[in-house]
Amino acid sequence: MKKVVSVFVLILVCAVTYAGGYRVSLQGNRSLAMGHTGVAVVNNAELAFFNPAGLVHLENKINLSAGGFGVFAEVAYQNAQFGDSASTEDNVGTPVYLYGSYKVSENFALGLAVYTPYGSTVEYPTDWAGSHLVNNIELQAIYVQPLFSWEVVKDRFSIGGGPILAIGGVEFNRNLSRNLTDLDGNRSNVTLDASGILEFGWSVGALLNLDNEDKWKLGFNYRSLIDVEVEAGDGEATFANVPNSPLAPVPNGTFDFTASLPLPAEWTVGLSYKPNEKWLFAFDYNYAEWSAYESLDIDFLNADGSVALQSLNPRNYKNASTYRFGAQYSPSSKLDLRLGYYFDESPVQSGFFAPETPRNDSHGFTTGFTYNINEKFAIDASFLYLRFEEIDASYDFFTETNGQTAPFRGTYKSSVFSPGIGISYKL
Amino acid sequence: MKNYIKYISVLAIGFGFVACEPEFDNPIDENEFYTSGEADFSNYVSIGNSLTAGFADGTLYITGQEDSYPNIMAEQFSLAGGGTFTQPLMNDNIGGLLLGGNPIPGFNPRFVLATDEQGNPGPAIINQTPTTEVSNILSGPFNNVGVPGARSFDLLFPGYGNIGGLTTMPVSANPYFVRFASSPDATVIGDAVSQNPSFFSLWIGNNDILGYATSGGSGVDQTGNFDPSTYGGSDITDPMVFAGAYSQMVDALVANGSDGVLVNIPDVTSIPFFTTVPTQSIPLDAPTAAFLNSNFALYNDVVLPTLVNFGVITAEEAASRAINFEEGVNFPIITDDDLTDVSAILQGPPANLDPATANLLGQLRQANGNDILPLTAAGILGTTINNDPTLINGVSVPLADQFVLTTAEQARVTVAQNAYNTTIQALAAANGLAFADARSALQQVANGGVTFNGGTLTSTFVTGGGFSLDGVHPTPRGYAFTANVLLDAINARYGSNIPGVDIGNFATVTISND
Repeated sequence: MKKVVSVFVLILVCAVTYAGGYRVSLQGNRSLAMGHTGVAVVNNAELAFFNPAGLVHLENKINLSAGGFGVFAEVAYQNAQFGDSASTEDNVGTPVYLYGSYKVSENFALGLAVYTPYGSTVEYPTDWAGSHLVNNIELQAIYVQPLFSWEVVKDRFSIGGGPILAIGGVEFNRNLSRNLTDLDGNRSNVTLDASGILEFGWSVGALLNLDNEDKWKLGFNYRSLIDVEVEAGDGEATFANVPNSPLAPVPNGTFDFTASLPLPAEWTVGLSYKPNEKWLFAFDYNYAEWSAYESLDIDFLNADGSVALQSLNPRNYKNASTYRFGAQYSPSSKLDLRLGYYFDESPVQSGFFAPETPRNDSHGFTTGFTYNINEKFAIDASFLYLRFEEIDASYDFFTETNGQTAPFRGTYKSSVFSPGIGISYKL
Repeated sequence: MKNYIKYISVLAIGFGFVACEPEFDNPIDENEFYTSGEADFSNYVSIGNSLTAGFADGTLYITGQEDSYPNIMAEQFSLAGGGTFTQPLMNDNIGGLLLGGNPIPGFNPRFVLATDEQGNPGPAIINQTPTTEVSNILSGPFNNVGVPGARSFDLLFPGYGNIGGLTTMPVSANPYFVRFASSPDATVIGDAVSQNPSFFSLWIGNNDILGYATSGGSGVDQTGNFDPSTYGGSDITDPMVFAGAYSQMVDALVANGSDGVLVNIPDVTSIPFFTTVPTQSIPLDAPTAAFLNSNFALYNDVVLPTLVNFGVITAEEAASRAINFEEGVNFPIITDDDLTDVSAILQGPPANLDPATANLLGQLRQANGNDILPLTAAGILGTTINNDPTLINGVSVPLADQFVLTTAEQARVTVAQNAYNTTIQALAAANGLAFADARSALQQVANGGVTFNGGTLTSTFVTGGGFSLDGVHPTPRGYAFTANVLLDAINARYGSNIPGVDIGNFATVTISND
């Protein structure tokens, strides 16, 4: 177990955005293969994320599930009015997960979950047309969560949940304006760097058997809002290539900064139907409370704590829904085949389309399988293709030094695919 | 197991449509989204003066050259078959020139917007040493053959790039062209034509009037003098000389079927060098005004009427020469060399004035609202001479000719400019070339401004965004605007659809306390 954890930590790199906002919907290979459903599916330890109330229903005493994904995401931008175009670097994100449960008694189980529900890596060519909004950004949040699962009413109703320790970090670079440079023409820019910020939250779930034949299940899960607050001293902001002048907004050098980024609350209701041993169908409805993300406001602080410069970036996200559908077919005891689809509604509103999270509505197509090597071990594999429509969008709230806003417009097209592999173990 | 493989292959085929790269429906970098129309931008050559070179802040420097309008246009051309565009880059971002390691007088480092001890911003020469050595000849050819300071006929002059001509009296070469002329006896136009351009831009003629205007009309209007080798640097070029030189250049450029764009000459009154210093600029309280008027009473009440009586000047001229100060902001007194010079007469009887007073009154008048004070007057107005509180420039000492562009001088500039512009437009039409009306475009910037994404571009000095700190040459944003004007004209003529640039992405004046 210890070895597994250390390997896990080694490969724990941040993930790439590929869901609404900076939500990363890759929390289990089995679930993803079924459209990332799972609130009402009792399958393996992935329940620790999807609905801890179900952990107590797993047949075995010990259940482990670990895996990861390779996320290949790219965003293309163009503006036909001015002939500008840019594509993000081909960064491969590798979000990973680790879940475990231990059945203490017939109606009580404990669990542990480590996962990366939020993150984003977007890297544009330095000094591209939108570089005053973002050159590159790397956001990450790792959740570590101890869990309990308790069957309150035998064969009928269980609940589960636990506290979340969130570990957040951000690295962000952008140019200070559309045209400020030093004397040699190098664009003035700022880099924000903060990591290891600890915050707390919680999640709770419930699972209800709707009939006595174990065919219909109804699940519910809620994960709380976590505000990642960067306080003075948590990180540093470095200004570079600022011209040597008191007329510049800020001098070169390193400053403390404060900022706040919400990791929104999310609740999910799901229904599963298992007509026989071969088939399983699942439907989940997600509702993410993105309206918590009103604005990304950064205060750069002088040594005496006074504000040297303020950066106000309205985001005005709206709450957003995701509709998930999945099916599983088991031709034999050795193999489970899965298919899924989801529609992911973007929380970004018209006029607030900032290139650091260039996400519009998307359609996710998923598939995958589990191959049971033996009674204990199984290999889980999945594949996601996320399809985005081309979108003409703008961010209308960049304010010039003269106080006028200068909208940043263009056409965006994103593409994401992600193969994943994992292992499940039961004892 | 065989079955499993079958199932897995079905799933794999189902995802066969997966695209690795996001693809636009109409990608702008493919499928001739942008076209050059009838034109061919593969080898673009720009010919002109400082404006074409990317001159700004009183000099040439690398970042200014990178934001020259030809370089901006070339980048847009590259969306539709445009090739590489080379420029004779300076050695630094300081500007200024060295010859044999010594600074060349009059070729100073750049202006930057600096702050004084009180934090007040103002243009200042950067406190750094130039490193661009003129004798370090670059090997070309260069697509941008813009030569700062060049007049129309200079482009045809063999030896304009001869380093030996920098030390002759008078100077017969241009140090900027010396740096990259293909040979000592090369002509600018020859170095352009020899590149066999597929497309060219020609913007020349500004300096044929500008030197006269910026020197407050202290040069000579050479209209009628057809020998440009006798012209001084602050003279107005004869329109026939201009037309001859211009058509010779156009003929040479179109000889091999090249397409191109011709650009006309903007009004000097569109640039902040002539619009920043208000003519009415002398604040006086009532006692001071009365005191000054008493000093000029003899001139107003006796000298001027007597000169009229003797038939030396007309009554109309006498009226224009009267001096009258009032409480409030007043027009300065000036020397106007278009007035009758009465200094000799005043030294004789009956006036018998001393030479100093006679010279003071010789061509004296008070400025009026139609006179223009160039930017250079800002440092003179209201200052004292030798710390003598009775010798105040513009108040008790007339502003010298070089600090005033009078109505008569403005008229000479306008007459020549109109003649040049008629020639330019006619030659564009005759040769089927695109014609860019820079004059109208800059009038728009000067009168109310041009809005863009995030602001309004105006010609207001320092803050308007359009003009650099020398008050004459554009900022990068001003050059980007210029590039758009030319691109519009090119698209209209050749049926191309080259996009303009977002001028808000280009810098204005450079702040620095270096």
